[in-house]
Amino acid sequence: MNYEETVTIPNETGLHARPASQVVKTAGAYQSKIRLIKGSQEADAKSLLGVMSLSAGRGDELIIRAEGDDATEAVKALCQLIETQEMK
Amino acid sequence: MPSERYQGISAAPGLAIGRVVWWRKEQPKVEHYNVSDPTSELKKLEDAVQQAKEQIQYLRNTTAERMGDDAAAIFDAHLAFLEDPAYIGEMKQHIQEHHKNASAVCQEITTQMVEMLASLPDEYMQARADDIKDVGNRILLLLAGITPFDPLTLESGSVVVANELTPSDTAQFPPGVAAMVTARGSKTAHAAIMARTLGIPAVLGLGDQLQELSEGDLLIIDGDGGTVEQHPSTQRQTEARSTIKHHQQLRDQALEKASLDATTSDGKRIQVFANIGSPGDADQALANGAEGIGLFRTEFLYLENDHWPTEEEQIKAYSHVLKAFQNKPVIIRTLDIGGDKDLPYANLPKEDNPFLGHRAIRYCLANPAVFKTQLKALLRSSIHGDLWIMLPMVENLSEIQETKSLLDECRRELTQKNIPFAETIKVGIMIEVPAAAIYADVLAKEVDFMSIGTNDLTQYTLAADRGNEQVAHLYDAAHPAVLRLVKKTCEAANQAGIIAGMCGELAGDTMMAEILIGLGLHELSMSAGAIPEMKEQVRQIHSTSAQKRADEALLQGSADAVRQSVNPSF
Repeated sequence: MNYEETVTIPNETGLHARPASQVVKTAGAYQSKIRLIKGSQEADAKSLLGVMSLSAGRGDELIIRAEGDDATEAVKALCQLIETQEMK
Repeated sequence: MPSERYQGISAAPGLAIGRVVWWRKEQPKVEHYNVSDPTSELKKLEDAVQQAKEQIQYLRNTTAERMGDDAAAIFDAHLAFLEDPAYIGEMKQHIQEHHKNASAVCQEITTQMVEMLASLPDEYMQARADDIKDVGNRILLLLAGITPFDPLTLESGSVVVANELTPSDTAQFPPGVAAMVTARGSKTAHAAIMARTLGIPAVLGLGDQLQELSEGDLLIIDGDGGTVEQHPSTQRQTEARSTIKHHQQLRDQALEKASLDATTSDGKRIQVFANIGSPGDADQALANGAEGIGLFRTEFLYLENDHWPTEEEQIKAYSHVLKAFQNKPVIIRTLDIGGDKDLPYANLPKEDNPFLGHRAIRYCLANPAVFKTQLKALLRSSIHGDLWIMLPMVENLSEIQETKSLLDECRRELTQKNIPFAETIKVGIMIEVPAAAIYADVLAKEVDFMSIGTNDLTQYTLAADRGNEQVAHLYDAAHPAVLRLVKKTCEAANQAGIIAGMCGELAGDTMMAEILIGLGLHELSMSAGAIPEMKEQVRQIHSTSAQKRADEALLQGSADAVRQSVNPSF
């Protein structure tokens, strides 16, 4: 099963190391393959270095695309994490 | 072997004798070859990664125990890299697909990651390049069967010798390290500050001469003179040992009386406070007899984070110290960023002349959201003790007034939410810009206390950067011109009926204590280790002769002449 959503990063500091590690931690809780896509760049959401390499900052649009049994749940969880600024 | 003497930069005072232990940050040689059996290479890599995880976990735990969780957080990032599919996973895939040896693959992938991070626009991410380099190096050492240097194996009495030491290196020193010597670094380097906090002599900036020192060589380290003596004669060894013993006795005596007040022989009370840079330093300050905190630098909150610290994060740090000091004064300095202290996430523009630029109070007033978060955190912490707020780099009356109205705004917002804060909180300023000292009488009317920051005051007054080897000799806080500004500040404070203190390095200089007291200072704040001896020194001073000494010092022709007047052996 495939599922994807687009989010805009509201977080003041973007996907810095700490927010990035929260993304990786959340992604790691799901079976699905999860990709983060920013423009022409793509990264594995379960890789800290991958997420950091996107260098996604405030206002950037990010496509979260998952493939697997829990794809919908995974994407929704990540969207919520990024959008609600729970990341500090 | 003939005795040799090397001159470096005096970075932390004291005399020590001990044997060289080299802390080498080895770069293992990596060969590149093809393997017929990738399975065994994979196994080697997995074992090395597993060992690396165990080592880092151990480092993480010991660092957390000794320095707190914040200091240990760096190792969490290292552990995350070791779990990363884009890093370790990529290495495994490479071994399987290209049948290359594990070391070659590790080096290749690490280099890619370092380059990737270094190319990112964000400085914080760029700094992570060093972390991954560290992790990669650790794996390579393990693959090569080389055990990375483990500082916990340092025996008591070792002199640590290294090309360069980072604060996280010195944080891992076990108790008993005798001294440290490095090729690079200056008096203001963070490693030097750590050495002074730990109370061990340090000579930095020895340059290429450092390579002359071999493992196990006996050295005499003179942290005051900045010299390293190699292969000292038996006679020199005996002399050094007896001097060290004598100093130790004096220290022990001072430490025994550390908890007592410091009063001059004619009964004038001098308050001796501690400078701290993180909440973890509070205990050591108390143990050394600090009667308060004269300077709590809050930059650590901002520098160790990858985001603006929240009110809650700040309150946790401030109230920890306030509670530890019960009702003793705790002077917390608001954010002093800019100058040489950069904040990656603040996106500070590069300045041609950062020390004359947009820093400290100037930055805070221009960024009221950042400033108000800190002011609110301070107000909310104030219920836990005797909190004083100190503003850095003030040179205009308006800066104090603007801060006060921001404080009032914060008070109103807190009151609306029924959040408590202390009724009266002292607000004071650092005197570190010559302008502020010169018209301190005007500023004094608007504040509850003034504290002289001699490090910046000296560099601004003498127009000399002590980090610059060419002009470092011009930098000395004992210069009569600097002392005149101290005197002016004390007079202004006295007239306004407020407290004048000092929290720069000069305040911890026991040789200068007599002059400082003579100039009219009531409070001296220094690194915790210097407190017992300073108190003991104060007890030997008579305030009338101190005043005379101070008056003479103001008329001297140079800093050296001032120092000679109180210390003929200078």
